Amino acid sequence: MTNGWLQRLRFFRPRGSQHGCQEEKSADGWSETRCGQREWEDLYRRRWQYDKKVRSTHGVNCTGSCSWDVYVKDGILVWETQATDYPACGEGFPNHEPRGCPRGATYSWYTYSPVRLKHPLVRAGLMEMWQTALDRGEDPVTAWAGIVGDDAKRRRFQKARGKGSFVRVSWDQAAALIAAALVHTIKTHGPDRIFGFTPIPAMSMVCYAAGARFLSLIGGAMLSFYDWYCDLPPASPQIWGEQTDVPESADWYESAYFIVWGTNLPMTRTPDAHFYTEARYRGARVAAVAPDYAEYVKFADTWLPAKAGTDAALAMAMTHVIVKEFYIERQVPYFMEYARQYTDLPFLVVLTPSADSHVPGRFLRAADLGLETPNAAWKTVVCDARDRSLQVPNGSIGFRWSEEGRWNLKLEENGRRIDPLLSLAETADGWADASFTLFAVDGAGIRQGRVPILSINTPTGALQVTTVFDLMAAHLGVRHPGAPEAAADDPADYNDPRPYTPAWQEAITGVPRADAIRVAREFAANAEQTRGKSIIFLGAGTNHWFHSDMIYRAIINLTTLCGCQGVNGGGWAHYVGQEKVRPQAAWSQVAFGLDWRRPPRQQNGTSFYYFASDQWRYDTLKPEALRSPLAESPPATHLADYNVIAARLGWLPSYPQFNHNPLELVREAVAQGAASDEQIIAHAVAELKKGELRFAAEDPDHPANFPRLLFLWRANLLGASAKGHEYFLKHLLGTDHAVFNTDGALRPQEIEWREPAPEGKLDLLVTLELRMSTSAMYADIALPAAGWYEMHDLNTTDMHPFIHPFNPAIDPPWETRTNWEQFKTIAEKFSALAVEHLGSMKDLVATPLLHDSPGEIAQSEVLDWRKGQCDPVPGRTMPAMTVVTRDFPNTYKMMTALGPLAADVGVGSKGIMWPAKEETEALQKLLGTVAEPGISQGRPSLETGKQVAETILMLAPETNGETAYKSWAALEKRTGLALRHLSEARRGERFRFDDLTAQPRKIITSPVWSGIESEERRYSPFVINIEEKVPFRTLTGRAQFYQDHPWMRDFGEQLPLYRPPLDLQALASTRMAREPGKELVLNYLTPHSKWSIHSTYSDTLPMLTLFRGGEAIWINDADARTIDIQDNDWLECFNLNGVVMAKAVVSPRIPPGKAFMYHAQERLISTPGSKRSGKRGGTHNSVTRVMVKPTHMIGGYAQFSYGFNYYGPIGAQRDEMIVVRKAGEVQWYED
Amino acid sequence: MKIKAQYAMVLNLDKCIGCHTCSLPCNNVWTNRKGAEYMWFNNVECKPGIGYPRKWENQQIHRGGWTLGEKGLQLAAGGRVHKTLNIFHNPDLPTIDQYYEPWDYDYAKLIESPARQHQPAIRPRSQLTGEPLDLQWGPNWEDDLAGLATTGGGDVNFKNLEVATYLQFRNVFMFWLPRLCEHCLNPACVASCPSGALYKREEDGIVLVDQERCRGWRYCVSGCPYKKVYFNWHTGRAEKCLFCYPRTEAGQTTLCAHSCVGRIRYVGVLLYDAERIAQAAAAPTDQAVYPAQMEMLLDPEDPEVRRAAKAQGLADNVLAAARRSPVHALICRWRLALPLHPEFRTLPMVWYVPPLSPVSVQADTTDAQDQVDQVDRMRIPITYLANLLTAGDEVPVRLALSRLMAVRQYMRSLRLGQTADTQVLDKVGLDLPTADRIYHLLALARLDDRFVLPTAPAGDAGIYKRQGTCGFGDAM
Repeated sequence: MTNGWLQRLRFFRPRGSQHGCQEEKSADGWSETRCGQREWEDLYRRRWQYDKKVRSTHGVNCTGSCSWDVYVKDGILVWETQATDYPACGEGFPNHEPRGCPRGATYSWYTYSPVRLKHPLVRAGLMEMWQTALDRGEDPVTAWAGIVGDDAKRRRFQKARGKGSFVRVSWDQAAALIAAALVHTIKTHGPDRIFGFTPIPAMSMVCYAAGARFLSLIGGAMLSFYDWYCDLPPASPQIWGEQTDVPESADWYESAYFIVWGTNLPMTRTPDAHFYTEARYRGARVAAVAPDYAEYVKFADTWLPAKAGTDAALAMAMTHVIVKEFYIERQVPYFMEYARQYTDLPFLVVLTPSADSHVPGRFLRAADLGLETPNAAWKTVVCDARDRSLQVPNGSIGFRWSEEGRWNLKLEENGRRIDPLLSLAETADGWADASFTLFAVDGAGIRQGRVPILSINTPTGALQVTTVFDLMAAHLGVRHPGAPEAAADDPADYNDPRPYTPAWQEAITGVPRADAIRVAREFAANAEQTRGKSIIFLGAGTNHWFHSDMIYRAIINLTTLCGCQGVNGGGWAHYVGQEKVRPQAAWSQVAFGLDWRRPPRQQNGTSFYYFASDQWRYDTLKPEALRSPLAESPPATHLADYNVIAARLGWLPSYPQFNHNPLELVREAVAQGAASDEQIIAHAVAELKKGELRFAAEDPDHPANFPRLLFLWRANLLGASAKGHEYFLKHLLGTDHAVFNTDGALRPQEIEWREPAPEGKLDLLVTLELRMSTSAMYADIALPAAGWYEMHDLNTTDMHPFIHPFNPAIDPPWETRTNWEQFKTIAEKFSALAVEHLGSMKDLVATPLLHDSPGEIAQSEVLDWRKGQCDPVPGRTMPAMTVVTRDFPNTYKMMTALGPLAADVGVGSKGIMWPAKEETEALQKLLGTVAEPGISQGRPSLETGKQVAETILMLAPETNGETAYKSWAALEKRTGLALRHLSEARRGERFRFDDLTAQPRKIITSPVWSGIESEERRYSPFVINIEEKVPFRTLTGRAQFYQDHPWMRDFGEQLPLYRPPLDLQALASTRMAREPGKELVLNYLTPHSKWSIHSTYSDTLPMLTLFRGGEAIWINDADARTIDIQDNDWLECFNLNGVVMAKAVVSPRIPPGKAFMYHAQERLISTPGSKRSGKRGGTHNSVTRVMVKPTHMIGGYAQFSYGFNYYGPIGAQRDEMIVVRKAGEVQWYED
Repeated sequence: MKIKAQYAMVLNLDKCIGCHTCSLPCNNVWTNRKGAEYMWFNNVECKPGIGYPRKWENQQIHRGGWTLGEKGLQLAAGGRVHKTLNIFHNPDLPTIDQYYEPWDYDYAKLIESPARQHQPAIRPRSQLTGEPLDLQWGPNWEDDLAGLATTGGGDVNFKNLEVATYLQFRNVFMFWLPRLCEHCLNPACVASCPSGALYKREEDGIVLVDQERCRGWRYCVSGCPYKKVYFNWHTGRAEKCLFCYPRTEAGQTTLCAHSCVGRIRYVGVLLYDAERIAQAAAAPTDQAVYPAQMEMLLDPEDPEVRRAAKAQGLADNVLAAARRSPVHALICRWRLALPLHPEFRTLPMVWYVPPLSPVSVQADTTDAQDQVDQVDRMRIPITYLANLLTAGDEVPVRLALSRLMAVRQYMRSLRLGQTADTQVLDKVGLDLPTADRIYHLLALARLDDRFVLPTAPAGDAGIYKRQGTCGFGDAM
């Protein structure tokens, strides 16, 4: 201390020599090293010092699921860095560290940012009306009824939506208003008029469960997201009966040949991309199929620049090459063995005679042969090579629900070994012409092929059959050398421009034929050499199209033909959306309140929004135009008709349910003498049959059928996923919009058409949000949510096997609350109000015929009870119906305690169930029990988010080894296979929440998933199917190339083929007042952004700084020149759906004819006004509109059966066209 | 021989995914504050492109670095006399527009907006003036070839190439160049400072701006040819990348390297002969600088070097790290990594493995054929990479790319269960163990293989006392 003050003067500080080092000049005395007088360096050291770091992650549907260290310094959350302490990936594999991307590294910006919601907000006009009513002494429910019952008042606050004027209220005030609205809606319209939308449980399971549990308990409907986002690949349930199951990213490293096909790995799988780049050093070769010079192309050996949307044409040509060279000219033993055992290629299909040819019909079934076996209509047939006998091998879906223990992939029938023929060519009774649908830009046609046939006699007459393989070869135009002569339409060679040759695809895709041939050969040869280690990456670029399923089926063909599925390092790798909730069965219990009440209401999002936002009224796509010329049944007149049929037949869910309050319906039934649940249901069925009771979907624009309340949390519907954004504003919200469109000329047969179209269907939109997002801006009530560094929660992904915790680094600041606490607050108010206004009531819940339930073999034919083709039988020919008691006053108690059904009825998923008695008892000890008297007394407590997380971990086989071990029992019984050995090694493990906080843990193999997780191998899908012979959950039990449902046949989609993108110009999307010469008409693509994860981060200053500060649209430089657009000019982009304003990014990386607008850039940032609409420019979805594809609605038919987020029409938007023009000087509309 | 230790970094551009994660923790920890808004100690540029600040590589404009004049090595901007005469006006200082005018938004307006006719929205406003700003440039304006048709012609690395060809959709190429301070052996910034505020740390070669001594003359800003010294308009002092010394002193890697999710970064120790700096920096031609720089770098396995190092007082843990140094292997042993613009003659210490790219003209190659010859048919012209990394000398670039391809082909032969293809290795001068080591470092390397740093030496006798007082400062 003696010379302390002196030392503060630099002059007196000891120089280097006193530290024992020498300062010196170097390089001619120019530069200097210094070793003394460096005390100032503490400046930066002090900055780096911190008080603590806490493990958390981000919940953003990015699939990353990265473990992060969050730093707190001086009590302030300051920054984050990636955790690097993952367990090793296995010898010879790169590790996971670090995981994390620039978006995630930006999250701490939100914590204290001025865009954060800090207090509950209600729009001023609504609050004023509400407060006035309360001040008059009105009961809250009456007060709400007075506002929404008065059209002037209702329209007043609806029209103010999106235009500012929020006022701060207390949590108590906000919760009271919401509770009153809930009670009123339930009473007046029914609980099925209340909806919740929150996506991607995997990204934060407890947060999802918060609202879902509350809403499910009161009978509200949760809306699906995966299909609506168009991230669901419908091809996956179609082919495998599986929603989506994909390899973890470390498994890429096992692959030796990559085709990356429309998924931008470096940008959208940032933390995983290193496995892609590193696999190349292990010798993997890479082909990239991309319409633009995308980031992933940089790492490829070959770039195949296929025009966007034409991918299926390239895939068909590659399939043509592979079938010709690896199946016909030469038979690769591995491929043959695989095809016979694991695919439907050897199964027999009945040929339907047509004029002078045959049409590929349905699979031959045991029932056709008159065999006396359970579910004979659902057991498919092969021809045995040894004696040409017809055999019914184990594993088809008829075995799944017959309790015979023969639902397995052993190629045998009653113990007799079967050696199925792939092709009948060598043993055919003859050859026949077969007609195949051919889709081209100018419409649908027919091409003729030739197939070998077997003529068989059945009790109902003679049938001609052939194999799926023979159909496929004929369809592809690959002639079998045994065929007597080529069919008329068969191409001569690869240079023949007839379908489906490499030359044919060149004209469509722009990919040189030589490249298509070479990549096909390399892919297959690599699979031959490595026994299936060729992989194809797929993603939004190939999935977000109207005909997504056909693109995917065509591409997946390549992997299945080459024996790549179910092989580590091989197969499809679809990455769009963080869909994999690894502890799915356990989480579902909690999330949907299954521990108290079953079944929950779950509505497919696309159908809901299609009707709720009235986009169906503008639909100009004639079903006829989508169908095959070979279709057997007459077309409907409107796509919406198919949806109504699907609802009526129990294929798709449909909420609001009926044109009547379901509580009232039960009350009336009881009043008319119904004494049991069965009689209540019978009453409803009778009313439906008489037409007294109607499905709400049949009259969606009647006020009785409006959705009334919508809750959004962890979701920015309006700023991100609301395809047809402007229609949402117009019809659902009833506020300003930029829809230029008018009703289409088509009128549906099944739907009541109402004039004028309603505007403002929603009574109340509540957003529970971190920040002022577009959705919060348009909500009536915006409630401040805690951030991801402020809560306990769980996060999983398909990209790696770890389950990650969220932990609070700080408590939720200001008046923010976690979603769990938010919904508890609402539930408490609601329960109190319900005592007087609702009490306990009975609800009639209609649910569709579900996949993985016996309902999936309900309808082997399409028969409509409404048309008198059959009787209305719930659960068979129409939706299932269940009477559920709604104990409204006990909602809060139920929400905050684990109910009895997990232990009593069971926990399960995908058709298997196990009772969770031991787990429930363990939870009572671990979590403590509810002390207060009442319905939840003595039950495990779910008061806190952490308790909810612990409950999920305890109930899940993926995180509780003992549960995993026992969970195989049901599947073993059904399959007759021994399977529990798959979980044996980890039987003693049980993860507690704090274990995950200490270090990430790898999940345990369970029957809920199709892959095996162990120290020795990485997760790859379908490994259990291939190695253990557990069937795929499809009609044949195998991977299906062929789809035989009558609707699939009508639409010409029995086999994969190329369907051109929809012609939106012909469909009038751009038909409006125009200025030729000043405009470009471009196909409008909305890929995932580099500077945000959906809309999250898009508004952060770091991300906005790292690109161009606001909404941007990329166009090709040659296109730009034609209308004199310079880089960074303002653009006005529009079509009938609306208008979006954005800066031009001009780049030769973009192909001509395309506009790229990276999706979900908030319309709140840097968005000027549009002269054309007189409104502020919109979001990327202001120029889109959804159309629904009928084949996605099929139900009650094996893998074509509904599952929430599993099957159903997708919200495609990539076929869209826009008009682009220079905006010139822009106005900011500050008034 | 005067042996010194230098912390250095190698970035494998063949793995860089252009994600910018490196930039953010750096920004969060070091430059997220007033006066530093436009600073990116670490930034990522898309190539081709002119970068941040605009056209920083073009020393005709910026006059950074050194030139070889008649009197030997000279600062490109002129010597001390020139500087003294012009001390109040530095003509070579980049303007804020060349970086970009930092902006922000009035976010609170979204929440506090009164009832309006139109939906509220916010627009960029300058962080310097508070006025609305029509954005014209940013730290990553050219991301993924944005605006390339406008800026591409200004990219100096197209020297001796027909630019227009590469601006056409079918011919484009793209890669990313993450950049940070080079912590040069012959730093022009240090030499440019009239106040002696910049210095190179004795123990690790990290170049710093003494925040107490800096007087804000800003000659370091213009003198640095990489434009990696910035002027903080709030404090009035220059700031730059500090190679995260508070972390490296604890044996941890830099934040940019830690957060590199593409796992492209390697950080380690190089030993060099400080007596050869002047000679190397003044190599007779631009292309001679890289070979001269290579000669300065010492082999830590050389017993002579080790003996001398020990004798000159280098700590054991530093020497041990030098022997395990991943950057030494990549730069010296395998010649995979190359310096950035060696012709600036600052002897930079952040090096780059050049990127492979898809072949631009696909010959009818099949799997069995030799892939190594592909390097001359790749979309990224070797000339372009040579202009970037070796002052135009294509030989080292071709060697590095060929070695990458050879390792891939050799590994593929193993992968497919074929006979190990050692022929392809012979062709590029690699033996089998070396190929294995290259594979391991490029693909498998774990955290502690990629980052090999000693903790700060404990040679100071005062540490015994400081143990109980560190952090208290002068107060206790």
